Parts: sequence; structure tokens; C-alpha cells
Amino acid sequence: MPTAVRILDDGAWISVDDERVVSVSELWRLTDHDVCNCTTADFLIEGFVEVDVTETTILARAAGQCVTCGASAVSGWLPVGRIVGPDRRFAPLSSGDVRTPQRRRRQ
Amino acid sequence: MPTDVERWKDEVYGEEIREHLMEFAETGWESIPEDEQDAWFERFKWWGLYHQRAGQESYFMMRIGTPNGVIEPGQLEVIGEIAEEYATGPAENPEFGGAYCDWTTRQSIQLHWIKLEDVPEIFEKLEDNGLSTQQACGDSWRNIVGCPVAGKDKHELIDAWPIARDLHDTFKGDEDHTNLPRKWKVSVTGCTEGCGQGDINDLALEPARKEIEGEEVTGFNVRVGGGLSRKEPRLARDIDVFVRPEKADEVAGGLSALFREHGDRENRYNARIKFLVDEWGAEKIRSTLQEDFVDFDLHTAGEDLREEYTYNTGIQEGHNDHVGVHEQVDGNYYVGLNVLVGRMGAADVLELADLAEEYGSGEVRLTQRQNVIVTDVPEENLDELLDEPLLDEYSPDPSPFMRGSIACTGTEFCSLSIVETKNRQVRYARWLKENVELPDDHEEFHIHLSGCTASCAQPQIADVSLRGMKTRKNGDPVEAFDVGLGGGLGEDPRFADWIAMRVPADEVPGAIANLIETFAERRANGETFREFVADHDEEELADLLEPEETDYEDPYMHNTKKTWYPYAEDDDMDASPAPTDSQGDPLPADD
Repeated sequence: MPTAVRILDDGAWISVDDERVVSVSELWRLTDHDVCNCTTADFLIEGFVEVDVTETTILARAAGQCVTCGASAVSGWLPVGRIVGPDRRFAPLSSGDVRTPQRRRRQ
Repeated sequence: MPTDVERWKDEVYGEEIREHLMEFAETGWESIPEDEQDAWFERFKWWGLYHQRAGQESYFMMRIGTPNGVIEPGQLEVIGEIAEEYATGPAENPEFGGAYCDWTTRQSIQLHWIKLEDVPEIFEKLEDNGLSTQQACGDSWRNIVGCPVAGKDKHELIDAWPIARDLHDTFKGDEDHTNLPRKWKVSVTGCTEGCGQGDINDLALEPARKEIEGEEVTGFNVRVGGGLSRKEPRLARDIDVFVRPEKADEVAGGLSALFREHGDRENRYNARIKFLVDEWGAEKIRSTLQEDFVDFDLHTAGEDLREEYTYNTGIQEGHNDHVGVHEQVDGNYYVGLNVLVGRMGAADVLELADLAEEYGSGEVRLTQRQNVIVTDVPEENLDELLDEPLLDEYSPDPSPFMRGSIACTGTEFCSLSIVETKNRQVRYARWLKENVELPDDHEEFHIHLSGCTASCAQPQIADVSLRGMKTRKNGDPVEAFDVGLGGGLGEDPRFADWIAMRVPADEVPGAIANLIETFAERRANGETFREFVADHDEEELADLLEPEETDYEDPYMHNTKKTWYPYAEDDDMDASPAPTDSQGDPLPADD
């Protein structure tokens, strides 16, 4: 069964299979990104803009700001977490994980 | 492609949601199928119910819309009783206790920790007393705002309260207007001081005069497309239309229908009418309204009164707010009381209801600055009312820092917020009152604190604007604020310029203190704070607004969003009792 993903409450949440799993207000570390010129961006997630799912990865684009340099941007497709196990549970990345924007490949 | 929200709205929306809501209330929160929760929680908003954030599952915020902020005699007691009986959660707030009401910046009322199972009883009690939660949230006509003393004020061209009430009665429940692309915020103002804040609404009716067929007519000029959210603030644009009061519902309905037909339903971030006005321009909005949505010839705009506006202008004359004792047009008085950050304990609400009955007509009104007004007080009752102990807490003559503080809901309950807000703003105001001296001629100084870019505390129109952020301090992530200066309304409204970014929350009071100290030293004779800010460029202001640690202590520097409730003794998400059953007992986990 395909995984259902959507954005809720004006961009406050990513919902995976009808459960609110990731919220705004976290700092994500980004590499090989295009939100600013920092080698590693310290990116405050202010609002989710789009969400999608590949076979095993939940990806989202987020509006936010690098708190190191102050640049505001909408990010590329950032990994949010993975679908794991036979029951296809969602396993989020931790806020300390370093993320790299990925190309979106539809399920 | 339509969004999920639009798909859900196509299936069930508007009045019909109520039937489902009542069924779920009967069978309990846990009876909502898991794969339908997102859809139902979105729909429940239309009936004023907003599911609280993670860690607080099964609890709802309930919003009651009181048009123009008018709480009729007897209604405040009902609101206080509902708050006391139903708005009590599993943990207390250290500043405000266990049950409280929030007065909002749109003259509405918010209650928290509401159980779905209690909704039928609450609705019955509200509706028996002429109150409702209908369309308080969701994609339709929201609570109509205006000058809170409409009909009482000595400074008005036209009494806008009957028009606001007519629009409320007409468009609440009108099926043609219940499913709009996004929220629809309306302001109707008749006073000459600009208290309706029309500039930041989707639709603003503002007082104007026009000579028509040799006769001077009083009515409204129409502006469209204002709003503050998402770092895309817009002032409402003049569409060159004058409307007579008796035609206000046709023009307002025509514009609402125009929005319904032409607003963007494929991208909720682009859906508000401010973006349509950006795209089309005011002229096309007007011509489309004329051609497709009204049946009579529109008049061009009349002569407005904007040059007389004083409200939130920082000029320290006329009405900047409605706090204090003021004479009404009928010779009675209204007494505006300061409610710090708009939150009032349920017991205090009940006490206020008693005082309004005893000394006034029983009516109370809510302002867009999160304060309350006791109206219709005869002169002979004033001294006794002012001597009441409740007014020690909710003062008609407070410190400028208490008086000028506005804060949104914040991470206590809100999913969008980045930072804790209300309790922090209480601490800021107390610290500033104790430690900072404004010049004597500054009785009003507005500090608006918003937890995120949704801007519910209207930060862009304040002397000092605070917008929730994060930063790192000694390597650790901490709650912080972007600090803006110089916003305000009036004849020439302007949004704040963002001057200092990512200031750690515990350094904000020091930054404000440093700025005010320099202002007091260097201001020209009689220069207001707002003029002082306007006379300096951003670089100069950034130098004056120097963040600094002081003896102010901030207990909310950590990630309050990661707690189930920021003030709980054990605030860890895993310690949350939610979701709970109708009695507040934890429901068994799924697995």
C-alpha cells in the first residue's frame, strides 16, 4: 500500500500515513545545498512547502533560514525520514543528522 | 491539482460538518478513524475547533467569534463558566493557572484543552446565549473586526456596529460563502481614529464621505488585500469604491464571491486575496467586481478620513489604544482595562462579568490589542469601579510596557510557532517595567511578540517587533527573535524594518533597554519614538539595538516545541498523558 504523505496546518506538519510526524521549528544541518553559501547550513525549518515520497524515503521542501548567515530560502528536496520494515513504519532522521538535497523520484 | 484540503472540503464542508462533529463527540475522540483524522481536524476548524499540537492529542483549541468584539450583557458570565468547567487541561500554566480565556487580536475568544466529547454541551450553552464558534477558523468569513467602541465613541463618522453585525448575520452560514480558497478577514470601521486596523485585512471598509446627486453621503471606502502572514505583508489596496452603508453587504459579498471564483485553490500559500491583488492590480479587482459580482453601478471612492487617524500611530495623542477612562457619546463612560498578553483566568473573567453588570450595562468589548472594555458606566459609578481590586491586576492606567504588550499563542499550544510566547512576554513586560524608563510623554509603547511568520500578534505594526527564531548560543540551539522597529498604522502605515536578527531570547530585554536609553538621551525635543526610528537608518538602529544579557532570566530557552507542555514538571514528550478519554484519562496505546 502506498505511503500517504501531506502537509498540514499551513505548513506546520508533515503527516505520514495520517500521523503528524515532523514539525517546524527544528534546526537541520544541510550539505551540498543551495539555501546559502555556508558549507554546512544550520537551517531553521519555518514551514513545509511540499512533501513527496520515493520508494523508501520521505522528502520535503521547506521554507526557512540559515541561522549562521541569515539567508532565507526554500530548500531543495530534503530527506525527512525513511519507510522501514515489513509494516512500512516511518523512521525520522534525527535533528542532528546532516542532510543533502536529493533528486525527487516519484513512487 | 487541487490540494488535499480542497479535496476534503469538496467531500464535506460548512454546516454539514456539525453533524459529523456531534457523532464523533458522542462516540469519543478515539472513534475518528486514524486515516481520516487529518481530514476531520481540518474540517473541524470551520466550527472553531483546532486540534492542539503534538503531545496534546485529543485536546482542542476552541475559538468563539464575537463580531466587533461585542460581548453582550450576560455573555461574559457564560464564557467564564465554560472556561472554568471545560477548558482545564492535564497541567497548569505557572502564570495563568488551570483555566483561562485568551482575548485575541481579532476580537475573538480562545479556550484551550477542550475535549471533543464536551463540544455538544458547550455549543448548547453558547448558542442558548447568542454565541457561536461557527466559521471562527477555516476557509471562510472569519470574525469581523472594527473599532471596539463603535456606537459609543465620540470620534466617529458613522456607527459601524450595525453594519458589522449585519455582515456577520448575512455571511455566517451563507452557503455561497462558506467554502472560500482561504480565510477571509474583514474590518469595518466608522470612527475617525482608524481603530479598525483595516489596512491589514483582506477587506476593509473605512469611513468616508461622498457627494452623490448633490447630497453628502456618509459610508465607506473599500480596500482589499491586506495581511501580514508569511514574510509577505501587504497593506490593503484602495480599489476606488465608495459604498453606502445599506449596500455594504452587496459589495462585501461581491468581493467574497470574486475571491471564491478567482482565488488560487491549487496552492494554499498563494491563496489569500492579497496575492490576487498583486497579480491583477486594484483596477482589475474593481472592474471584475463591477462586471461580474454586483448588480449596480459602483461609486468611485469618497473623501476618506485617514489623515485624522491616531490609532497605533505612535504620536502619543488621541487613541493609540482603548485603555483608560473615556466619555461615550451618550455621556456614560467606557473603561478600557489592560489584559497583559490577552490572557485572563476564568475566575477573573467571572469577576469582570459581575463588575460589568454592577457598574455598567453588563456589556464588555474586546479590542484588537487583546484588552477588554467595560462600557456604559454612568459617571457616578466610575470611582467605585476604579476602586475594585480586580482593576489592580487589569489596570486602566498601566505601565506602557504592560499596556503595549501583545503576544500570540506560541509553542504552548500552536503547531506553527517556533518559540514560547505568552509567558515570555509577561516576563519581558515585568522586567522592562522595573528596569527601563520611557520619557514621561510616552504613555504608549507597543511591543508585539509573534512566535512565527504567521504573524498572529501582528508584529509588523509595532514600535518593537519580535518574531520567533532560533539561533545557537555557545553551540547549543536556543529560542531567539528577529527584532524589527518602526511599524505602525495611521495615514501612512508602514511595516517594521527588521533590524537585529536571531537575538537570543534572554538578550532581547537588554537590547530594548539599550535602545530606549539612547532614544531618551538623544531624542530631539518632543520627538516620538516612532519619529526617532524613522530618522535613523538601519545600520544606526542596529548599533543602538545592542543585544545584552542582563539579570532577566528566561526559563524557556530550550526547544519548547519538543516538550508535550513547556511548563509541565516532566515536560518530556514521552510523559504526555495524551491522547486522553472524555474524563482526561490516558487512552491505551495502539500497540
